[in-house]
Amino acid sequence: MQEFREKTISKNGINFHFVPTQKFKTIAITAKFRAPLSRETITRRALIPHVLQQGTQTYPDRVALQQKLDSLYGALLSMNGTKKGNYHITTIRLETANQKFISNEASIMDEAIALFKEVILNPKSENGSFPEATVTREKATLKQKIKAVADDKMRLANMRLLDEMCSEEQYKLHVQGYEEDLETITPDNLYSCYQSMVQNDTLDIYISGDIDPDTIESKITGSFVRRETETSIPKEESASPKNEPKTVIDKQDVQQAKLHLGYRTNITYGDKDYFALHVFNGLLGGFPSSKLFINVREKNSLAYYAASRFESHKGLLFVFSGIAPEDYQQAREIIVQQVEAMKNGDFTEGELNDTKELVINQMLETTDNAKGIIELMYQQEVGGKELPFNQLTDGIKKVSKEDVIKVAEKLELDTVYLMTRGDKNE
Amino acid sequence: MNKHSYEHIEEMIYKEKLPNGLSVYLLPRPQMAKIYGLFTTDYGSIDQTFTPINGKERITVPEGVAHFLEHKMFEKENRDVFADFSNQGASANAYTSFTKTAYLFASTDHTMENIETLLDFVQDPYFTDQSVEKEKGIIAQEIEMYNDQPDWRALTGTLKAMFHHHPVRIDIPGTVDSINTITKDDLYTCYNTFYHPENMTLFIAGNFDVKQIMKMIEENQASKHFPKVEKIDRSYPQEPDSVFEKDKTIKMPVSIPKCTIGIKESSSELTGEDFLKKDLLQDMIADFYFSKGGPFYQQLYEAQLIDASFYFDTNLEKNFGFTLIGGNTSEPENFAAKVRELLETTKRTEFTDEEVDRMKKKKVGQLLRSMNSLEYIATKFTHYNLAGVDFLKAVPFIQSLTRDDFNTFVQNWIKNDRIAVSKLVNE
Repeated sequence: MQEFREKTISKNGINFHFVPTQKFKTIAITAKFRAPLSRETITRRALIPHVLQQGTQTYPDRVALQQKLDSLYGALLSMNGTKKGNYHITTIRLETANQKFISNEASIMDEAIALFKEVILNPKSENGSFPEATVTREKATLKQKIKAVADDKMRLANMRLLDEMCSEEQYKLHVQGYEEDLETITPDNLYSCYQSMVQNDTLDIYISGDIDPDTIESKITGSFVRRETETSIPKEESASPKNEPKTVIDKQDVQQAKLHLGYRTNITYGDKDYFALHVFNGLLGGFPSSKLFINVREKNSLAYYAASRFESHKGLLFVFSGIAPEDYQQAREIIVQQVEAMKNGDFTEGELNDTKELVINQMLETTDNAKGIIELMYQQEVGGKELPFNQLTDGIKKVSKEDVIKVAEKLELDTVYLMTRGDKNE
Repeated sequence: MNKHSYEHIEEMIYKEKLPNGLSVYLLPRPQMAKIYGLFTTDYGSIDQTFTPINGKERITVPEGVAHFLEHKMFEKENRDVFADFSNQGASANAYTSFTKTAYLFASTDHTMENIETLLDFVQDPYFTDQSVEKEKGIIAQEIEMYNDQPDWRALTGTLKAMFHHHPVRIDIPGTVDSINTITKDDLYTCYNTFYHPENMTLFIAGNFDVKQIMKMIEENQASKHFPKVEKIDRSYPQEPDSVFEKDKTIKMPVSIPKCTIGIKESSSELTGEDFLKKDLLQDMIADFYFSKGGPFYQQLYEAQLIDASFYFDTNLEKNFGFTLIGGNTSEPENFAAKVRELLETTKRTEFTDEEVDRMKKKKVGQLLRSMNSLEYIATKFTHYNLAGVDFLKAVPFIQSLTRDDFNTFVQNWIKNDRIAVSKLVNE
């Protein structure tokens, strides 16, 4: 395997990361804007990517912009918003074919950089604001998107779990925004929010693919210039401790019930237990060989899916399962038992080693994915700690059984959420 | 071992057809960290009626058998195959489509063991009455999960509206009732007929030593015994060109209605260049009109008939094909009427050179991008290979298409009786 090296420079208030790799036939430019999560801005920040994709000063509408992208060999422009810990992150990404695979093409890269800059810095605007018609139309688009969450039961269940579990924390905020906030958005205040994002957010730009960092460095750093900014750090917050896990039951018109459990890990990215948390999650529910899959699904035929996943920056772990409504108590007991079994060290050295290998395998696989590499690197920025890939995998290799048991002991069940069959108004 | 090199995209493939009939393809990518292995049988949910191996008469098996079989391949007498892969640091999975069942793993270590495990578990079935019964609860939950998904219901509903008899209209996992009738014997009959090496393809891509791997595969296969086989006799009902139902309404609890337009693209057998040409043109032309910024997209967008969930998708398989256009819409009637009206106008289209050039460039770029993924190359190569097409030659093929090819296709694309509308509304 080819090793990947990252070259980082901070210039003009921006962190530029160059990631040369011959794994891909494309080149991707990714900008990540980061700011503390807040109810004030979340819906606006959800709307901005929609508006930015409707045109720029040079390509004044969606048709002109898309035709430019298409003629750049189907360049893919994508934008989205996500949460990591107490941050909101807006990602803007442009991926184009590497010109070396296309005969008689030498300008794709330069044009792509120019277009990327144009999309971010020169959106279509009128008198220092977004065009009113575009904002109105895109508000309607976002409104539908917010409503549609109700039709994706797995996502809805995750969202409801967070509403209840993190009711006093910013992390509960819905990344797609709130319907009621849409009414307060005007072209002017949306434009201010956009300007603040571009000028004040912490900004990381990644360029990855078969590139020569030295050639590309001057091209990209010369294109993006802004004043130095201070990284805004989210306010420290802590949830009020619960003596007992809270149980929340919602009734919906569904065939399959969703049983989702929220735990506090009390471990985040920079912590020394972070490596063991990866292994703990792998043993509990990260893989088809994990306890949850084997016991909830294979041994008891209760579910089609039963898995766990953790959040690195906030210190949360979730268990998900889709079950028949009548199996709720039994499934809940079995899930809770699996966590207890972890505390009791009920896993062999062999299982521990296999899981470590699986976790590392999964990370290595991520490096074969153009977006995955960037996500692995960006974790370090958000976590505020340098943790190069080799250190991460070495850390995992060193995890012992005692380390995993310690993670299990730190784990606290916070909220049990069940969405089950029944009349909504019952 | 045949070596095939594709210089324009810097790829190389090694091919071999083994004495037992298995087709093996190796695509080395030393820059990658991982290996991806895909073992595919040319057998999916549409292969419901056939003459079993060593049988005399055609039989029809219950809906959902191919998918059920896929689930049961992972369970052996004394162990679970997921655990075998886990012990070797690999992640494994499988899927069943209309036309294929595929087993796969990805790993970054223990290459030889993982390929052997893949071959051995798929070639060693173990079904008992008890294990078949146990699986019914799991698959029933899978079916219930899909039934709660409006997108799934819209898709399957549209297929049922488009096709009169073709088994593509049957849900891949079957129904809760149909899977309850499945027996161990059904599984063995289907397994023995369709999992013969002659009907299967092994594709390995990633970071490995070609010679060593090919030798291991040859030895592994030579050590197993398979009966001689004739070509499998499969039967598909006669399918008219027209759609079954032009207008259909599905009711389920949903916050925003959905509307899907299905264009029945094909119901006859296509292979080789004809297949590839139709496949690419149908995709590029649907993309031209319906991708963001396309002329039809733009009209639907301005009329506020679509939102971010809008999508289009084209499919072509050996004996059926369809295009879907749909999404969430608060006005399903108006959406359907507008799409029908827009499609009607394509008959008079004359593409300009510039438009054709842009479509070709976009498709070439999309293909190069998709080739970043070993999973994608393995899946697409296998898919096209079964239709007699070399996927890695698609880029020069696209570049060779002419404006006439595009115009001929688009002017004959739309026939009113080949369009079905399916609406999904709140009950």
